[in-house]
Amino acid sequence: MAFFKKKPSCHQYPMDASGGSCKKVALVGNPNVGKSVLFNALTGAYVTVSNYPGTSVEVSRGSANIGGRQCQIIDTPGMYALLPITEEERVAREILLNESPDLVVHVLDARNLERMLAMTLQLIEAGLPVILVVNIMDEAEQMGLSIDLPLLQEKLGIPVIGAAVAKKRGLPELKEAISAFDKGKHAVFGYSRRLETDIEEVTLLLRGNYNLSRKALALLLLQRDEEVAGMVRETEGDGYAEVEARVREKIFARRDSFHLDLSMERKGLVKGLMAEVFTAPPQTRVSFGERLSRWAVRPLTGVPLLLLVLYFGLYRFVGGFGAGTMVDFLEGTLFEAHFNPWITGVVKAIIPWAILQELFVGEYGVITLGLRYAVGIILPIVATFFLFFSVLEDSGYFPRLALLVDRLFKYIGLTGRAVIPMVLGFGCDTMATMVTRTLETVRERIIATLLLALAIPCSAQLGVIMALLSKFPGSLLTWFVCLLFIFLVIGFLAARIMPGEAPMFYMELPPMRLPQLANVFTKTYSRMQWYLLEILPIFILASILLWLGKITSFFEKMIEWMTPVMASLGLPRETAMAFIFGFFRRDYGAAGLYDLQTKGILNARQITVAALTLTLFIPCIAQFLIMKKERGMKVAASIGLFVSFLAFGSGWMLNQFLLMTGIL
Amino acid sequence: MKLSEKAEEILETLWVEVEEEGAGFVDLEKLRSSSDDPVYRELNELALIEVRDGRVYLRPEGKVEGRKIVRRFRLSERLMMDVFNIRGEQAKEKACQFEHLLNEGVDTKVCTMLNHPETCPHGKRIPPGECCLEAKRSGDLGVLPLTELKPGDEGEIAYIQTEDDKKMQKLMAMGVLPGNRIRLSQAFPSYVFKVGYSEFAIDTNMAREIFVRK
Repeated sequence: MAFFKKKPSCHQYPMDASGGSCKKVALVGNPNVGKSVLFNALTGAYVTVSNYPGTSVEVSRGSANIGGRQCQIIDTPGMYALLPITEEERVAREILLNESPDLVVHVLDARNLERMLAMTLQLIEAGLPVILVVNIMDEAEQMGLSIDLPLLQEKLGIPVIGAAVAKKRGLPELKEAISAFDKGKHAVFGYSRRLETDIEEVTLLLRGNYNLSRKALALLLLQRDEEVAGMVRETEGDGYAEVEARVREKIFARRDSFHLDLSMERKGLVKGLMAEVFTAPPQTRVSFGERLSRWAVRPLTGVPLLLLVLYFGLYRFVGGFGAGTMVDFLEGTLFEAHFNPWITGVVKAIIPWAILQELFVGEYGVITLGLRYAVGIILPIVATFFLFFSVLEDSGYFPRLALLVDRLFKYIGLTGRAVIPMVLGFGCDTMATMVTRTLETVRERIIATLLLALAIPCSAQLGVIMALLSKFPGSLLTWFVCLLFIFLVIGFLAARIMPGEAPMFYMELPPMRLPQLANVFTKTYSRMQWYLLEILPIFILASILLWLGKITSFFEKMIEWMTPVMASLGLPRETAMAFIFGFFRRDYGAAGLYDLQTKGILNARQITVAALTLTLFIPCIAQFLIMKKERGMKVAASIGLFVSFLAFGSGWMLNQFLLMTGIL
Repeated sequence: MKLSEKAEEILETLWVEVEEEGAGFVDLEKLRSSSDDPVYRELNELALIEVRDGRVYLRPEGKVEGRKIVRRFRLSERLMMDVFNIRGEQAKEKACQFEHLLNEGVDTKVCTMLNHPETCPHGKRIPPGECCLEAKRSGDLGVLPLTELKPGDEGEIAYIQTEDDKKMQKLMAMGVLPGNRIRLSQAFPSYVFKVGYSEFAIDTNMAREIFVRK
């Protein structure tokens, strides 16, 4: 979720003060061990950090001055092993394979030293210049674990640094180790004779120059790594045929259990390393975090807990405080009562032409409409939502929610993993569409993108619609039931129709922690900044287009054209305006509806139909652009078309149904 | 006592009819063979059955023998489906041929390998053998998939059985490796377990493929 970052490359800093060239330092490690925190600490830049595995889906780069030398720091997505399985892991390995970093900093979690050391072995074996950072030492110590780092350093033959990066512990030592790093010093680990012979038979055939050691390459070839096979094919040229034949022969000979054998051998090596290095107390006490974690994952307590979280977090905090109190103050008091009349006066005094006055302070003025919507209505809602989301994210609640809903999500073709994009969608669907990248299969990504585009209203829209419908409880209920129904039916159908493999669900559960306020605020702030940078231009552009539409009376024409459509939905022609707004942003459209309702033009039935149609209606322009970027034009266009038809179709059906039954 | 294949099949049908369906006898026509078939003489001489007025009765000795035959057949059905992954009509056919090989202690080996299954793939009971009773007495649960563990149970990972390489690698990366201790803390709605100091959640499909020795 690194949405924006500074990207100073080495080219910008060709030389530093001491005359040496720029050093490339890559941070690698399992998901959720604190690579991004370390990145931020080293570079002073900010990439999103969270207590959720797989938050960094992109590579971030930043620069740092370490020991008087300019370094480029590269933050990579989490990887479990040198052999990649998911897209993110592939991205991370790409860096090691093609960028030949001067230093590889392997960050791991002290509590899971045994499990994660296997990757350190692989990195050393690959001949990479490795520094090991044993992170989260503070929590490990709290649990009573003790780790003999000097001994581990001796056994591995590479620098080993104990750290608690979130608390700035170990940073000076790491910087020291980075500047004093001496390549060519590391231990060598041997496998069983049989495996070594197999490896050697392959390495002897390799002649080219590679960034990874031949031993590592041979092992990856034996593990049927197609990417590495492609690279070797290119480098070896004519010699590849022989390599391929030998590898195929070995793979066949060990077809039963090569992956397992290799893992077991590595496990054996790690066991040897762990001996005398790692001591754990016999019984660890159950902390409050663990107890809370248990409540969160048991359906009996987890569902009430979820409802509590939703009630207080979403309904009371975002809905009540953000969309209620704060909007009333900002929009009602600040803008309507004070700022707008004042700015109207100022603009009218400066600009004599009525048409230009309209552009800034008219009915669709950039300031009186665009800025008012963006700052007065959208900002407080989105800010409170992101704050709520960040707190949940850092507490480690989401992975637990994911396992709770996995069974249900399977029915709509997704796994529990999709809970993050779905919940984030209630904040901003555009951002959520970007995050669908963390889902494993293309199939899941497309289904999630479709559902986000269709049935998940974003926070701004949700806030406005809640405010709109709160005076009509029946309408709110109808709207909610319809939306849920459409979400489930479309998800269910998509899961049946979409080809592709059934998804599997697995997830590491990070410990539940008390979120650190500083981190929560920085994260909220960075998301807000991204959001505002994204929406403000669109709001202003929309205002300008609407103004243009008004003065050329093109806008009137559009309303004219849409009148029959509106009429078929049983809506007055003024609603067309809200739909035209909605084309720019869905929340913008909802805000337009809000204006109409305050004027008393719509009755309960009309409001319900309009709210439902608008909620389902095409996502905002920004979301469409991201859909195109992430899923390609074909998928994005099909989803866009489908959603538009379904939106108006559902609106029409709901209207007919309500007219027939007369319940509203 | 070595019976012909035909004799084994007749005993099997008889045993199912009499012991499971509660019939007193089976009509000769139902067995689709005439009374002068030498198989009846064979069975009669061994005092396993009695043929009277076109009806075939199972004798007490025949009950013992029939039970063993049914057990062998259902075990081989399990073998076909669970291990060889052969399904449908073909599975039944192959099981029919295979059952005759499962005598003289081979059935015990197969039964132990399959971890003393209690029912055949169609849900019918497999009559327990000596080995099943012995296993039950000693409380040896053998190797179970994770799905069979109760929350709170702990064990050692015995092996991972999956055809999907990626799944295997993912599990291994999570520390699900033979020899590691695993502790199941929850089985619904997802399986939650601990390996070392890390906690993981997986779905039923993945849990089915992790085998644990208690």
